[in-house]
Amino acid sequence: MPSGETPPVGPGEFCYPAPRLQKGFNLPGDNLVEVSGLHFRRSGRPIFSGLDLAIRRGSITAIMGPSGTGKTTLLRMITGQLRPDAGSVRVAGLEVAGLPREALFDLRRRMGMLFQNSALLTDFNVFENVAFPVRENTRLPDALIRQLVLTKLHSVGLRGAAALMPAELSGGMARRVAMARAMVLDPELLLYDEPFSGLDPISLGVVLRLIRLNNDALGLTSIVVSHDVAEISAIADHCFVISEGRVIASGPPQELAASSSELVRQFMAGAADGPVPFHYPAPDYATELLGEWP
Amino acid sequence: MTLARELLDGFIAALRKLGAAVLFLVEILKQSPGALARPALISQQVRNSGVLSLIIIMTSAFFVGMVIGLQGYDSLSRLRQEDILGAGVALTLFKELGPVVTALLFAGRAGTSLASEIGLMRATDQLAAMEVMAIDPIRRIIAPRFLGAVISVPLLTAVFNAVGVLGAWFIGVQVMGVDNGAFWSQMQEYVDPPDIYEGVLKSFVFGTTAGLVAVFEGYNSPPTAEGVGMATTRTVVTTSILVLILDYTITAYLI
Repeated sequence: MPSGETPPVGPGEFCYPAPRLQKGFNLPGDNLVEVSGLHFRRSGRPIFSGLDLAIRRGSITAIMGPSGTGKTTLLRMITGQLRPDAGSVRVAGLEVAGLPREALFDLRRRMGMLFQNSALLTDFNVFENVAFPVRENTRLPDALIRQLVLTKLHSVGLRGAAALMPAELSGGMARRVAMARAMVLDPELLLYDEPFSGLDPISLGVVLRLIRLNNDALGLTSIVVSHDVAEISAIADHCFVISEGRVIASGPPQELAASSSELVRQFMAGAADGPVPFHYPAPDYATELLGEWP
Repeated sequence: MTLARELLDGFIAALRKLGAAVLFLVEILKQSPGALARPALISQQVRNSGVLSLIIIMTSAFFVGMVIGLQGYDSLSRLRQEDILGAGVALTLFKELGPVVTALLFAGRAGTSLASEIGLMRATDQLAAMEVMAIDPIRRIIAPRFLGAVISVPLLTAVFNAVGVLGAWFIGVQVMGVDNGAFWSQMQEYVDPPDIYEGVLKSFVFGTTAGLVAVFEGYNSPPTAEGVGMATTRTVVTTSILVLILDYTITAYLI
């Protein structure tokens, strides 16, 4: 059979990758995730105070903002791990907080999430980590699971590391394994929580390229929470900057860089001082130094 | 006034925790059929919790048996009744010491291991990752470990009893000179099936308690190093107290 030709699939045979059915994919105004009027408090402290945003299908959307503004919390609300105090989080038209358990699990099968610390299962090797969601969520035969896992590991460049344990991986490799695991069931929505933190420049470049490549090749919708403004600006189609519980700016990265808002400019330029002060609120420096020992 | 307030708050917190543990147990039981459908997961936990506890259980049982044999011989010989040593040892082990000491040792060896393992999985987001992968951690992680404990403790208790009797036999018959035939025949004469059933009932209750406390504390431990350490400590303390309270309650009910 000439290369590039699709092999015929007989009755009872498996065909992978399966054709993706994406209703309304990339249609104008078609949002996969919609957050509106979101309110959430933790330990009495307001995290969100009326947050509104929408994520377009097929796009890479960056969620940025100073530390502690609830970016990871937002991801956990999109996946249904946390429930809002008020407001709405809709994914694929479904109100996440209102879903019964089975429906929520069905929705989660359409998502993948890359955790900040990779969250690999420490007792399993790389292969079994990637195979884990397939084994638990499908009844595919082992031979097919093997092909599926090796395909995903190959796509992140770690097919040769399949037998390694998580403790033997570098931070960048662990992040790529977690990425393969998040993609293994071909999700529609992929969530990345600080995918670049702690990576060396080479690993960072690899992960950055993989996010863009996977999003375009697999027709995903990606949400990337990150502090790394320069890196994420290079691949994001759209950015939201969150501060004090609300979206204070949104738009393509180039637009945000030219924003008139001091806070947005400070954030995009990575300036140490500005509307977000360098110093945590404290008494007068000289008074405290020269004062009595408490 | 402050002390009364603190006692009241502590009592309310303990009640809340008890309620949360009961709800957690209900959730585990709901997910148990799914876990039972995958016996490999449970047998692996029986190995981790049970088989790996065998050395400590057998060593302890032998010495506990020897001590009971020695003390029993000393007491009975004053009454010239040393022939019933076998029966006394067996009743003490089967009804009380076997289930109780096994559960306490299990809490120290396997309960702490379960709590710290689950706590560490919580702290490193492994449980959260499973939830996002549409895999219920209660079904995949918690229920097999809980069921592993429920199965392991009665089996370990049986081993403890057998080795304990051997320890008492060694001291009583081989060292102190009690008649071998009298040792075994008196045991056969005085130990009835209800005595065995009592021990079996206790071992199941204690296994359920030890398993539940371990997985509950691990699952709800704060995701910090100190939090996991505290959960491990609470597992031993809570299991020990509950086992002793339940032991008295069951004994009082059955007598």
